[in-house]
Amino acid sequence: MARSITTKRKTINTAFAWAVGLLIFFPILWTILTSFKTEADAIAFPPKFLFFDWTLENYAVVQERSDYMRFLWNSIIIAGGSTLLGIIIAIPAAWSMAFVPSRRTKDILMWMLSTKMLPAVGVLYPMYLIFIKLGWLDTRIGLVIVLMLINLPIIIWMLYTYFKEIPGEILEAARMDGASLKSEILYVLTPMAVPGIASTILLNVILAWNEAFWTLNLTAANAAPLTAFIASYSSPEGLFYAKLSAASTMAIAPILIMGWFSQKQLVRGLTFGAVK
Amino acid sequence: MKLTVRALMGACAIGAFSAAAYAETITIATVNNGDMIRMQGYTDDFTAKTGHTVEWVTLEENVLRQRVTTDITAKGGQFDIMTIGMYETPIWGKNGWLVPLNDLSAEYDAADILPAMSGGLSYEGTLYAAPFYGESSMVMYRKDLMEKAGLEMPEAPTWEFIREAAAKMTDRATETNGICLRGKAGWGEGGAFITAMSNSFGARWFDENWKPQFDTEAWANTVNFFKGMMDESGPTGYATNGFNENLSLFQQGKCGMWIDATVAASFVTNKDSTVAEHVGFALAPDNGLGKRSNWLWAWALAIPAGTQKEAAAKQFIEWATSKDYIELVAAKEGWANVPPGARTSLYENPEYQKVPFAKMTLDSILSANPNAPTVDPVPYVGVQFAAIPEFAGIASDVSQEFSAAYAGQQTVEEALAKAQAIATDAMEAAGY
Repeated sequence: MARSITTKRKTINTAFAWAVGLLIFFPILWTILTSFKTEADAIAFPPKFLFFDWTLENYAVVQERSDYMRFLWNSIIIAGGSTLLGIIIAIPAAWSMAFVPSRRTKDILMWMLSTKMLPAVGVLYPMYLIFIKLGWLDTRIGLVIVLMLINLPIIIWMLYTYFKEIPGEILEAARMDGASLKSEILYVLTPMAVPGIASTILLNVILAWNEAFWTLNLTAANAAPLTAFIASYSSPEGLFYAKLSAASTMAIAPILIMGWFSQKQLVRGLTFGAVK
Repeated sequence: MKLTVRALMGACAIGAFSAAAYAETITIATVNNGDMIRMQGYTDDFTAKTGHTVEWVTLEENVLRQRVTTDITAKGGQFDIMTIGMYETPIWGKNGWLVPLNDLSAEYDAADILPAMSGGLSYEGTLYAAPFYGESSMVMYRKDLMEKAGLEMPEAPTWEFIREAAAKMTDRATETNGICLRGKAGWGEGGAFITAMSNSFGARWFDENWKPQFDTEAWANTVNFFKGMMDESGPTGYATNGFNENLSLFQQGKCGMWIDATVAASFVTNKDSTVAEHVGFALAPDNGLGKRSNWLWAWALAIPAGTQKEAAAKQFIEWATSKDYIELVAAKEGWANVPPGARTSLYENPEYQKVPFAKMTLDSILSANPNAPTVDPVPYVGVQFAAIPEFAGIASDVSQEFSAAYAGQQTVEEALAKAQAIATDAMEAAGY
């Protein structure tokens, strides 16, 4: 009896989870489907779900009109570079906050997080003027640095949370065995926190990949990533929804594939320490 | 002979070298619309003629506005040419942010630019942006539904006729809405429409002393008429409909009439439209007060002051807004696809006169006067906007209040009272 209730509950839970998953995934699915429609089918009402004239024309138009590979390469450099730089800075910062906290550590953590609450547009002009002075406008290095700074509070917070789960005694034992600070962080702490670091990297790559304020406002022709690629297909005067969907699908495909293959690692890292 | 050949070859080599050395790469910020995308496809023609290459930065209209405004005010120098409209041009020209375009070549024939366009793109008589295409607004209607309703659309209808026709054409059972209009918040969306409409009702944004006028009867009449007519005969959720939503409805046969940009004429008569063969055109309505409710707009190319590639940028503007470019597009894609509304000679061309919406587009453009847009005098220039820096911010907020009234979240009177307060506060803060 108990077994049948469990099975029933499992079935309901599974169905519910699938329903929620499909609901969340539906906008992406709709975008992908629309990318294979004609512009007329894209705006048809009632909407056409699967029964329409499937076409690759939109992808051909997008491919012909835009240099997709250049946008993609910029996205890879900017998202990858900013995450890598952020991790290099955040690991020692999170280590010090987790293992040698001061009286103000909590305040510093909260202050760092509070910078995320500031509307980005509020600092657009100062940032733009700084970029002009430094010659960083429309450069990848400029965007790598600005996205690293934006995501740094999240990276430090995440790593801090993971590091707090690691018993300090292990690091103490390493120190007693003569490990230097560098060896302690590199060879003792980092390997133990690999799941946490991996999920932090993945999450920040996704955040940097999707960032669409600074990447649109600080780039022009050279360093524009895939967010600018999508923006070039959006129009308030003209029905180009199928082409916009094709461009969006091409822009999200790499990160979607990466997320799909690394989902185990991502979930493992995000739930690290959540269940005791 | 040998010497002559060698000398010639040497001269050619020097010529080629100097052309290569002179060749520049210019960066152009532009909007994503059909005409601009078409122009990008013909960039090779420009490169073949001048040796210069072009890097395009194409952005959605609102993103582009923010992007180029940030760059020009901060002197970022990211773009050699910017695509801007009639709102920005006189303001930026006055501030000295744009390169004057009064020295374009004789071959370019600047005098051929439609006076309404050159007037709206100038400041104190100096042209600061060359129109790539221009537009006004007009009535696009279904001739078959009009006939079924037992009515005939006049060439210059009144608002009362439009309201009556809309009510008769509406058939909720078949989801046919008598009229589709912009109600969406945003100064370039519903804000532009209601401002142009208010001109025909005798309303204005500011009096001669820059005092906001939303507390007048003319504004109350405008917004009440709009809401009343749309509640009777408009589509469900019209408060959130903009150009694209209405275009989609019209193309699918769900609108009897649509009053919007003249450039939409080519969309409602193309292959994507299910009602292409039934579409007729008329001037935007009036109220017998001497002003019609059509707007005037141009997407134009301007050179930001301080660019290092001014000469190449001017060459591009001359190429893109020339008569030759129009001929090039006509030869490749037909006259219906050339950029409209910029040059007088286009409308004198017998081939272009055969395009069904050509005459009505020109008549609409000619009937809009940005220097005297309203029944009563105003201190500003612009038909559906006031060309002052504060306008975009104020109009965005005001149009949000109007959209909330259309959606039934507040009364028209409440919306107008809030609009008056918003505009008064902003104008006082700006020192008017």
